[in-house]
Amino acid sequence: MSVVRFWRNQVNRYNLEGTHCNSCDEYFYPPRSMCPTCRREGELESHRFEGKGEIVTYTIIHSAAEGFENQSPYPLAIVKLDEGASLTSPIVADPEEMYIGMRVKPVFRKLGESGDKGMIYYGTKFAPDKND
Amino acid sequence: MRDVAIIGIKSTKFGELWDYSFRDIFVEAGLGAIKDAGISGDEINGLYVGNMSGGQFVDQEHIGALIADYSGLARNLHIPSTRVEAACASGGLALRQGVMSVASGYQDFVVAAGVEKMTDVNSAAASSALAAASDREWEGIMGATFPGLYAMIAKKHIHKYGTTSEQLADVAVKNHLNGSMNPISQYKKKITRESVFNSIMVADPLHIFDCSPITDGAAALVLAPAEVAHEYTDNPIYIKASAQASDTIALHDRRDITTLDATVAAGKRAYDMANLKPDDIDVAEVHDCFTIAEICAIEDLGFVKKGEGGKYTEDGYTAVNGQIPVNTSGGLKSCGHPVGATGVKQAVEIVHQLRGEAGKRQVENAEIGMTHNVGGSGATAVVHILSNKR
Repeated sequence: MSVVRFWRNQVNRYNLEGTHCNSCDEYFYPPRSMCPTCRREGELESHRFEGKGEIVTYTIIHSAAEGFENQSPYPLAIVKLDEGASLTSPIVADPEEMYIGMRVKPVFRKLGESGDKGMIYYGTKFAPDKND
Repeated sequence: MRDVAIIGIKSTKFGELWDYSFRDIFVEAGLGAIKDAGISGDEINGLYVGNMSGGQFVDQEHIGALIADYSGLARNLHIPSTRVEAACASGGLALRQGVMSVASGYQDFVVAAGVEKMTDVNSAAASSALAAASDREWEGIMGATFPGLYAMIAKKHIHKYGTTSEQLADVAVKNHLNGSMNPISQYKKKITRESVFNSIMVADPLHIFDCSPITDGAAALVLAPAEVAHEYTDNPIYIKASAQASDTIALHDRRDITTLDATVAAGKRAYDMANLKPDDIDVAEVHDCFTIAEICAIEDLGFVKKGEGGKYTEDGYTAVNGQIPVNTSGGLKSCGHPVGATGVKQAVEIVHQLRGEAGKRQVENAEIGMTHNVGGSGATAVVHILSNKR
């Protein structure tokens, strides 16, 4: 992904910042500029997510995505945040300890890189929340 | 709206076609369909071509014009040609565009085609091109692959309904058996559950034999107003329904991870349009890009109850001689999956079945067939119902 394209959402990726619709009280991550529930009537504002959530489903990826080659095999999951929005993220965990329903918390990590001399991408991943 | 008929069909061989170029294969399919219809090029009013990613696979855009040109429909006839894209549902969508054009009376004779040449790039580049069908910024960059997304559907289906890896493998075993009887299919070898379990793991629980391959191929159909179809062919096949639906681009935004709501909506619209029920379908080609996708499809199209797709597959319900034969062509799994061509090839297979010319994989007394084509992890679904009776 180009530097500018990543940079545009840097704040969202670093801080888990999405949006909240004041009209229907729904939360969105990634952010949306229009509420898909109440559409034109919606009123969106920025919302920084607490970051705690639960694993809805997961997989262990063996054949890696571009930029993730040296991390494979790695767990990837759909995480439902406690406020209600869901997102896709790698999980910083041993593949063996993964299960559906596991509580997770956000961690700031390197996401990937554009080759040897390219930019290193950082963002929010998730890890098991053993205290929850 | 006018009734629409398919009067000509052609699919190239599917596979790793090293000796043939992008243009070679679409010319073969397009001209084959025109020849099958017994129509001449100057009678054609328009072309609709499904192609997912000519830009990434062969570094070529402006696909519609290229195809019109090399099919001999551009230089003197100047026939309009339009590329249609909806990732892996591009072919189904091209058929739907053609159907709408003829049904509305805007055009009379139309070629609906699909083409993809995927093996001119290496497999990493092909995987990257395919990943563009998901949400690149919020799935792809987070480490998701296409098999990874379907693996998460499978994991949830297993967790929620008790579907087993054996049942997933049974989809592949059945489709390879069907593919072994199809002259155009990429793979002609039968496989067993053990072949699936012994193949490498791509994204748990999906092995590589749970995944459709990377394929070159093209397919084409000639559409005509139903009232004149008999002037061209003795066995026109009628379009009873053409339906399409959208859903969220990202899997994580779906209402239910194990249901493709776009498939449910497109299926319902198609049944309503044709005034038919799931029980009325004699044969179906569904979008089995991964084994779990066929299990979800037969549930979401209403052939079996939600959650029971695995069990019914294991019991042979979807075999060629079963209650509702599914993917007699071998499906995407064994016949191959040239992404832009798949939706059109599905219709070619159903036409073979309804004409009664499917050879060893022929379904007895098949009168009504369905095609189901999906884009991405379920953001687009296209469903057509075809019949040999008007």
